[in-house]
Amino acid sequence: MDFTLDKKHEMARQLFREFAQNEVKPLAQEIDETEQFPRENVEKMMKYGFMGIPIPKEYGGQGCDVLTYVMCVEELSKVCGTTGVIVSAHTSLCCDPILTYGTEEQKQKFLVPLASGKKLGAFALTEPGAGTDAQGAQCKAVEDGDSWVLNGSKCFITNGKEADIYIVFAVTDIVEDAKGRKSKKFSAFIVEKDTPGFTFGTKEKKMGIRASSTYELIFQDCRIPKDNILGPRGKGFGIAMHTLDGGRIGIAAQALGIGEGSIDATIDFVKERKQFGRPIAAFQNTAFQLADMKARMDAAKYLVYNAACTKDIYTQDHRTSYSIEAAEAKLFAAEAAMAVTTKAVQLHGGYGYTREYDVERMMRDAKITEIYEGTSEVQRLVISGAMLK
Amino acid sequence: MNIVVCIKQVPDTKGGVKFNPDGTLDRASMLAIMNPDDKAGLEAALRLKDETGAKVTVVTMGLPKADDMLREALAMGADEAVLITDRRLGGADTWATSSTIAAGLKKLDYDLIITGRQAIDGDTAQVGPQIAEHLGLPVISYAEAIKVEGNSVIVQRQYEDRYHEIKAQMPCLITALAELNEPRYMTPGGIFDAFDKEVTVWGRDDLTDLDDANIGLAGSPTKIAKASDKVRKGAGEKVALDPKESVEYIVSKLKEKHVI
Repeated sequence: MDFTLDKKHEMARQLFREFAQNEVKPLAQEIDETEQFPRENVEKMMKYGFMGIPIPKEYGGQGCDVLTYVMCVEELSKVCGTTGVIVSAHTSLCCDPILTYGTEEQKQKFLVPLASGKKLGAFALTEPGAGTDAQGAQCKAVEDGDSWVLNGSKCFITNGKEADIYIVFAVTDIVEDAKGRKSKKFSAFIVEKDTPGFTFGTKEKKMGIRASSTYELIFQDCRIPKDNILGPRGKGFGIAMHTLDGGRIGIAAQALGIGEGSIDATIDFVKERKQFGRPIAAFQNTAFQLADMKARMDAAKYLVYNAACTKDIYTQDHRTSYSIEAAEAKLFAAEAAMAVTTKAVQLHGGYGYTREYDVERMMRDAKITEIYEGTSEVQRLVISGAMLK
Repeated sequence: MNIVVCIKQVPDTKGGVKFNPDGTLDRASMLAIMNPDDKAGLEAALRLKDETGAKVTVVTMGLPKADDMLREALAMGADEAVLITDRRLGGADTWATSSTIAAGLKKLDYDLIITGRQAIDGDTAQVGPQIAEHLGLPVISYAEAIKVEGNSVIVQRQYEDRYHEIKAQMPCLITALAELNEPRYMTPGGIFDAFDKEVTVWGRDDLTDLDDANIGLAGSPTKIAKASDKVRKGAGEKVALDPKESVEYIVSKLKEKHVI
C-alpha cells in the first residue's frame, strides 16, 4: 500500500489550497453571517473546472479522478464548509447519477452544461415526512401522454434556489407483494429550473453551512418531458442509494476539511494567546490535545482517501462496491470533525465562543456532516448490515 | 502566431534563502515558485492564445526540478515546454544565461518572445533585453499592456509618471511587469494533462549555436565576491535628552561614524 500522493495530485492540492486561501477564506465569515450564497466564487469555480472534476472530458468535465475531487472539497472546507458542500452536492448528487444512469442524450443535454460549469445541480430526495425512512415519501409522478406530472414537495435541498438542474425522486408505482403488503416504487427525474409548476418554498435558517441555500421545492402539476426520467422506472430507490454512497465520500471530505481547518486555526491561536506569561502552546495540555486532534483527522483522511480510491476502481469495474468504504469514511470523518472542532473551540477559550474566530463557525458547520446524506446511525446500519449478513 | 515565454523558477520568499560556498544561490534546497513577472508574461501570452489561437511554448533554464514549474505552466494552458538543463550551465550570470537561452530560442519558431521584467532573486532585469540583443530583435521593456495588431505589437511601457505606447514589428521581445495582469489559476484537468505531456529537455550538447566561453560559471563575467544573509540590526541606543542636546548628540555620533 502506498499512501504517498503523486506529483499531479500534489499539484492539484496546491491549486485547491491557493484558491481556497485567496478566494474563499476572505468571504467565509461574512457569508456565514449574511447567509448570502457565494455566487461569485461559485462562478470562479465553474470557470476553473472545479464543478466537474471526476467527470470525463467527453461530458464537459476535467477527466480527473475521485481522489482529486475529494481533495478539492477538503481544501475548500478547510476554510469554508459552505463552499465545500456546494461543490459536493453538485458533483456527487447531480452530475454523478446522470453520468451513471443517464442516456447519451441526457448526458449531452444535462451533464455537459453541469460538468463544464455552465449550470449548477441539486438533488431532491428528502421530504417533510421522509428522511431516513424513504417509504414515507409523498411526492409522486404520474404518466400523462408524453409527460410526467409531478406533485408534492421536497425539503432541506442543498443548492436549493441557486441550482439550474435537479434530480428529483418521486413515487411512480405502488406494488403488492405475495402477502398483499404494499410498497412504493420510486423513479428518478431530471427537472429544470423554471419548469411551470416548480416553485420554491421556505428557506431554511440553519445552525451551520448557512450560505448554502437550503430550500423547500414545491411541485404543483409540474409537467416534465417523458424523456427526463433518469434510469428505469421504479428503480429510483436504488439510484438514490447508489448516488448517496458517492455523496457520502464528498461529505466525508467536507468533514475532513472542516476538522483540519479547525486545527490550522487553533495552531495559529495557541502560539499567539498568552496566559501565565507564555503562549498557551507551551502548556502540555494544549500540545497533547492538538496531537490527539491531528491523529484523529489523519485517520479520517486515510478512510476518506481509501473510499475515493475504491470509487475510482468502481469507475473502471462496476462490480466493485464502495458502499462500506463510503459509510466508514463518512461516519468516522463526521464524528472526528465534530469532536475536533469542539476541542478547537475549547482551546480558544472564551474567544472560541465568539463569532470573531473561525472555529465557532467550524463547530457549527461540522454538526451537519453527522446528519445529512445519511446520519451516523445510518452509516452504522450500512456497515454492520454487511458484517452480519 | 508562435509565442515563446521565458520563465524562471525562483526561491519562494516564504522559505529561507541559502547559499553555496561559491556565493551563488543554493537553489536545490529552497522552495521554489514561478517568478511573478514571468507568470504575468505567461498570462499575457495565454490571453493572446485565447484571442488568436496562438501557440504558447514556455522555456526555462534551470535544475531538473524546474520541471514542476513547467508543468504548472502547461496546466495553466501553455502548449509546450522546454527545459534547458546541464551541470555545465550551472552558476551562470545574466550574460551566460541569456547566451544559453538565446541559443535555445534559435531552435524554436517564434513571432513574439515574452520574458518577465526581472526575477525576484537576482533583480537585474538584464536577461530579457540581452536575449533580444543576441537574437537581433527589437525589445520593449516594462510592458503593462500588450495588444497585437496584424504583424505588430502595441505595448504600453511603464514610465515614472506616464506610459509610452510603443509599436514594434514582430518578431520582437517584450519584458512583462507583474502588474500587467492577474494570472489565471491552473485547472484540475489541465494538471492531469500536463503530467501526460512530454517536456522537451535540452542539455549543453543540444545547443549547437553556443560558444563554451559564454556558458556556466566560467563563462560569466560577473564574479560574486561575497554573499550573505541580511545582517540583523542591533537594538540601537536610546538616549533621553532635551531637543537641543539631542541634535548635538546625533551630530556628534554622525561625525564619529564619518557620515558627515
